[in-house]
Amino acid sequence: CINDLDRQPFYDVTSNVVYKTPEGYKQALAKVYGCYGTTGNQGPAGQGDLGGIDEGTSDFFRLFWDAQQLPTDETVTAWNSDPGLQDFHLMNWSSDNAFLKGIYYRSFYQITAANEFIRESSDEKLASRGISGNDAAEIKYQAAEARFLRAFQYWVLIDLFGNVPFVDENSPLGANLPPQKDRITLFKYVESELKAIESLLKEPRTNEYGRADKAAAWALLARLYLNAEVYTGDAKYAEAAVYANKVISAGYILTPKYKNLFVADNNVVAKNEIILSINYDGAKTQSYGGTTFLVNGSVGADMDKTISGTSAGWGGHRTTKNLPKLFENPLNSADKRAMFVDNAGEEINNVLVFSQGYASIKFKNIKADGTFSPNMNLGYSDTDFPLFRLGEMYLIVAEAAVRAGNQTAAVNAVNVLRARAFESQTEGKLTSISLPQILDERSRELYWEGFRRTDLIRFHQFVEGTYLWPWKGGAATGSSVESHRILYPIPSDEISANPNIIQNKNY
Amino acid sequence: SPNVNHLIITKTTKKADVTVSGNVTDETGMPLPGVSILVKGTSKGTSTDVDGNYSIVAPSDATLVFQFIGFVSQEVTLNGKMAKVNISLKPESKALTEVVVIGYGSKSKKDLTGSVAAVTEKDFLKGPISSPEQLLTGKVAGVSIISGSGAPGASSQILIRGGNSISAGNSPLIVVDGIPLDNGTLAGSQNPMAMIDPKDIESFSVLKDASSAAIYGSRASNGVIIITTKKGTSDKMKVNFTTSNGVQQVVKTVDVLSAAQFRDFVNASGDQTYIDKLGNTSTNWQKEIYQSAFVTDNSFNISGGLKKLPYRLSVGYLNQNGVLKTDNMERLNSALSLNPKFFNNSLSVDVNARYSNIKNRFANTAAIGSAVRFDPTQSIYSDNADLAKYGGYFQWLDGDKWQNQSPANPVALLNQNNNNSNVDQFIGNARLDYKLPFLPELRANLNVGYDYSKGEGVTVFSTDAAPQYLNHFQRTPYAQEKKNKLFDFYLNYNKDFKASKSNLDLTGGYTYQDFYNDIPNSATYNYEGTEVTVQPAPFPTTTQNTLVSFFGRLNYTFNEKYLLQASMRADGSSKFSKENRWGYFPTISGAWKVNLENFMKGSETISDFKVRAGWGVTGQQDGIQNYKYIPVYALSTLTAQYQFGDNFYQMYRPVAYDPNLKWEQTDAINVGLDLGFFNNRITATIDAYRKNTSDLLNNIPVPGGSNFSNYLLTNVGSLRNKGIELTVNTIPVSKKDLNWNLGFNVSYNENEVTKLTQVTDPNYPGVPTGGITGGTGSNIQIFSIGHKSGAFYVYQQVYDANGKPIEGAYVDRNNDGIRNEKDLYHYKSSIAPVALGLNSSLTYKKWTASMAFHGSVNNYMYNNIYSNIGVEKRVLDPLMYLGNASSNMLATGFNETQLQSDYYVQNASFLRMDNLNVGYHFGKLNRSIANLSITANVQNVFVVTKYKGLDPEISSGIDNNFYPRPRTFTLGVGVDF
Repeated sequence: CINDLDRQPFYDVTSNVVYKTPEGYKQALAKVYGCYGTTGNQGPAGQGDLGGIDEGTSDFFRLFWDAQQLPTDETVTAWNSDPGLQDFHLMNWSSDNAFLKGIYYRSFYQITAANEFIRESSDEKLASRGISGNDAAEIKYQAAEARFLRAFQYWVLIDLFGNVPFVDENSPLGANLPPQKDRITLFKYVESELKAIESLLKEPRTNEYGRADKAAAWALLARLYLNAEVYTGDAKYAEAAVYANKVISAGYILTPKYKNLFVADNNVVAKNEIILSINYDGAKTQSYGGTTFLVNGSVGADMDKTISGTSAGWGGHRTTKNLPKLFENPLNSADKRAMFVDNAGEEINNVLVFSQGYASIKFKNIKADGTFSPNMNLGYSDTDFPLFRLGEMYLIVAEAAVRAGNQTAAVNAVNVLRARAFESQTEGKLTSISLPQILDERSRELYWEGFRRTDLIRFHQFVEGTYLWPWKGGAATGSSVESHRILYPIPSDEISANPNIIQNKNY
Repeated sequence: SPNVNHLIITKTTKKADVTVSGNVTDETGMPLPGVSILVKGTSKGTSTDVDGNYSIVAPSDATLVFQFIGFVSQEVTLNGKMAKVNISLKPESKALTEVVVIGYGSKSKKDLTGSVAAVTEKDFLKGPISSPEQLLTGKVAGVSIISGSGAPGASSQILIRGGNSISAGNSPLIVVDGIPLDNGTLAGSQNPMAMIDPKDIESFSVLKDASSAAIYGSRASNGVIIITTKKGTSDKMKVNFTTSNGVQQVVKTVDVLSAAQFRDFVNASGDQTYIDKLGNTSTNWQKEIYQSAFVTDNSFNISGGLKKLPYRLSVGYLNQNGVLKTDNMERLNSALSLNPKFFNNSLSVDVNARYSNIKNRFANTAAIGSAVRFDPTQSIYSDNADLAKYGGYFQWLDGDKWQNQSPANPVALLNQNNNNSNVDQFIGNARLDYKLPFLPELRANLNVGYDYSKGEGVTVFSTDAAPQYLNHFQRTPYAQEKKNKLFDFYLNYNKDFKASKSNLDLTGGYTYQDFYNDIPNSATYNYEGTEVTVQPAPFPTTTQNTLVSFFGRLNYTFNEKYLLQASMRADGSSKFSKENRWGYFPTISGAWKVNLENFMKGSETISDFKVRAGWGVTGQQDGIQNYKYIPVYALSTLTAQYQFGDNFYQMYRPVAYDPNLKWEQTDAINVGLDLGFFNNRITATIDAYRKNTSDLLNNIPVPGGSNFSNYLLTNVGSLRNKGIELTVNTIPVSKKDLNWNLGFNVSYNENEVTKLTQVTDPNYPGVPTGGITGGTGSNIQIFSIGHKSGAFYVYQQVYDANGKPIEGAYVDRNNDGIRNEKDLYHYKSSIAPVALGLNSSLTYKKWTASMAFHGSVNNYMYNNIYSNIGVEKRVLDPLMYLGNASSNMLATGFNETQLQSDYYVQNASFLRMDNLNVGYHFGKLNRSIANLSITANVQNVFVVTKYKGLDPEISSGIDNNFYPRPRTFTLGVGVDF
């Protein structure tokens, strides 16, 4: 009878079962990717990956977006009842902020899942499981992709938090206390990882949609180098341009219509521009985050939901007037990137009133041809989020060129994007471009795609008093904030759990 | 009344038989039927008839023994001349001679060394009560029982001496006739304990301290409640039928704006778009969803001996409507108990079988919140053509479709939803107790039990139900099946050693219990009936866990005055790894009966004086999921797949695990005093305790990157409870025609979290808990070191000169010039430090009356109704519909919700009169053989409180859309023959 104490689960399986077959590897890989696409094991919610945070708000994209968009001129949220959310906009967050805890741990969650996959994909493990030949070769590609995703999340952590703990596939699992590494060391780690897997990943545009290839690694390297000066004090703009150009030469093509980058069937119509996307499906990949959050959260008041292809308006996100000001005649601009809706004017007297400030319907759950998704009534979006797309690479090339004094190269790169934006080879064409104009052009092209905080920091406009927007720092006309807010604080949960961690200065 | 001493007559040698007759009454003069009269030393005997009369032929020098359960036996030695012997039997002094069921045995109450409260039938809360635990409400010091809601058959939160756990369970172990129940819920059932008809219960034993509870080892940290059901006893057939019928009414509803107030506010504050949305009627939505609800509770039982086979058979039928329309519970239950003895009474057999069937129709409780929120100027139905597709009910529209963020019409929610469940439960056991013929001090006890339950049901929405209209979801079936097995065996050796004035009582045994639980995967079907719209999970939720234990107990009594008890249990649980599987739970306790010492013997004032002290270790494993120590991968559902190319893949997720997971352990001491005065007319029990729980299971943050989640359930943290309890029972009046009993109890418990995380970081606020409505991820309570476990964690509200709260203004408590989470502070607690109970019963001739109260002091409640809907934004909703608001909106004038303000944490101290009961016992009517009694009963009579919300007694400490507890008036009739 004492042997009855060895009860084993009826259906859940151990790693030896999961990794017995190539199909099992694929399903484990789906989780390594799914870490940034879903909130847990049961869509839309129910078996969350993370603790201590409302599951609906705990997906990667929603948390990353809050951290990157809300403390900037591009975005305002009306939601007052999610404790800590308004603090992003008011720039007074603390180390107890639930959303910061969320993005910090979501990033580590994906790193831990990647580590596990890498461990299980070693040559010895494959050999011991009798997996060889093409199957083994495919799994080696998958392991390289897991390394890419891990590098991507370390980049997120470096950008948001600076000095963070470090774990890889050799770190023990359980109650260990990972050591903290400084931002420069981690920068070098991400750089070396991306270079190391360059040769291990599939050739650009040869992998399945939704999976990383060489171009994804180049695109991340370009983004990393673009911000190298912020992260390490050493500028590496030239290197950024090198890797951005590698992507540009890899055969990607801009989607003719800008709006089609952000529609329900962008996996089809924008396939040639998207380098790597987070994939969503209204029926099969459900959550309250991702593009569902973006589409539903951007619709409110008496806005027409059908234009956005949704059945639920959550009345949350709008923009301060600074973003539409970047466009001439923003409500009816020749620049097709301006996709604003005027509910009750561009002025915001009360951040919590959705109708104040222009809304944006850049992200939609409607197909390129205007028809509805079959999943529309479920209330979840089909639209994929382009994590890396060709457009960004042109902007990296342009910025590096301006900084190097090469106006021709800069103008050429920017004009490629402007021709698409104006759907005209002549109308939006620039003849020269300055550094501040690069920042503006990035906002026009990339607004609401999760770049703004990083960009403002690189251009020294984030905490400083030289550039203000309504309600920056909690003041109606905007004010500067303490310089330490350039980094987020390490969550207090982590400080209490790991004595190796030293909090960021002044938090 | 005659005293036994007066009847002892000098023995004679004459041995002729005489006929003796007489009448036996209780001390109030009421006839006692069924009293057995034996000729001492023979097997000859008889018993009294229904009028208490008897007649017996006996040798003229014989001694007659009068025996009746619950009364002190009397012996009368006859002298030849006595033809008539009338006897008045004295009730056994409860506090002294009562036999209390303890784990794996029973003990005379006077020999207990630990803190055990026994509650028997006559102390139960009266009235139509559907679930056993509610019989105990307010009856035992240190035991808090809070019903979950006013719904028929609702479950209760039971807490003994405060909670010992944070993340694992806080419910005590419930043992029914030797079978420990699993604490889980059952699909389709509000309360799995409701399968036991309260009228089948003979007694409860509440094992409060570690020295008594630890014999149940790893499940005893939260105390143990042992339920003993009624058995067949006498050999004369008795039939009893009782019926009580009544009506339940809602006492109070949530205070919201009236139609007139609502209209005035919208006209004054809303722009034209909102004003145009106003309706032109006046509907009290809460009135529309509640009703006066009928309840009938009937039970029939028959007991007696059939050719020396004592039996008891009972059948009960309960039908209870809810005060929320469409709510109904119907229960049919039956129980059979057979209690034969064999081999010259050396083998006792108890067979108990209990079956119940419960049919529920669950009302859609979403209507409660909707009724509070719904615009009072709208009518129930509308002739708007766009609403025809929704059954003609008024609903808020967005274009021609339902505005899916708005509250749904509450009446439609009730009428367009049908959730029916059917629950079958069986629990049975066979217990064999065998006294070894060659060694009568040794007995062997074997108990085999089986506990089976199955619940199933289906939720069906009408095809025109607005909230379902878009996605066509219609039908969601659900089910659950549980099979629990028990086997236990123990030996007991009990011997008096006269020479050394000692008694030795040794018990040692083995127990095995297995829990199997299966929840099949379920899907949601659409209108068309065949197509599955939400795909089922890939596999059912099936779990099994097993507990194997060895236990031993030693009781040593010296000179009847000095008692010592020691016990040990070793528990093995399948929930833990081989290294941590076994837990050991020792105890030691002692008692000193001071009143038996020479210096106190013969005291007129003090009739009982016992000092007790005990220490013990108990464990806790409830609330820990199965297989949590094993590294496993869990497959995601079909709605959580990830897309590569054109294919979707179900994900294999590595599950966070702690290989070192083990028991929670509580180390407790208890000291107590049992006192009796004036021949126990006044008895008092005082207990003081201190409990330290360590290896507390806590879902704590773990270092980023160290596991497959950021939170892990692991053994870290400590909690301390200390308290004092006082129970006093008095009999102020005890006369022939008039008896008055008065009892009260009061308890004080203080609880503090003493350790929480691996690393003690003074800046770490703690683990948030207590989810509230109004935002996403909002918690209002927190576990923090140095604070109570139910502490609220809030901002300190700033008030203006008139005492009105200023919207959004909070005290910058850390003086850093920034208002953020660092300004939150600990404020009060939802857990009452002081709880009290009061009960009284009065018997006057054929009248009886009883009442019961319970209350608590200094518990606080977060008024989530005020905080969530007491704001103007709820009336003029930005999503362009109108909604009603709490009247508190007029007091604060808040526009936006201020969910984390301490303004909403309100004192919820209260005193509730649970019960008022008056009965009249007619006795025999018109020479029939039946006795008739009638009772009138009111439950939930009144509540005295300063709390401003609906009900101050909500176990979570968060008041939001609470199903109101009704006031119930019932009339009962009982017939015995």
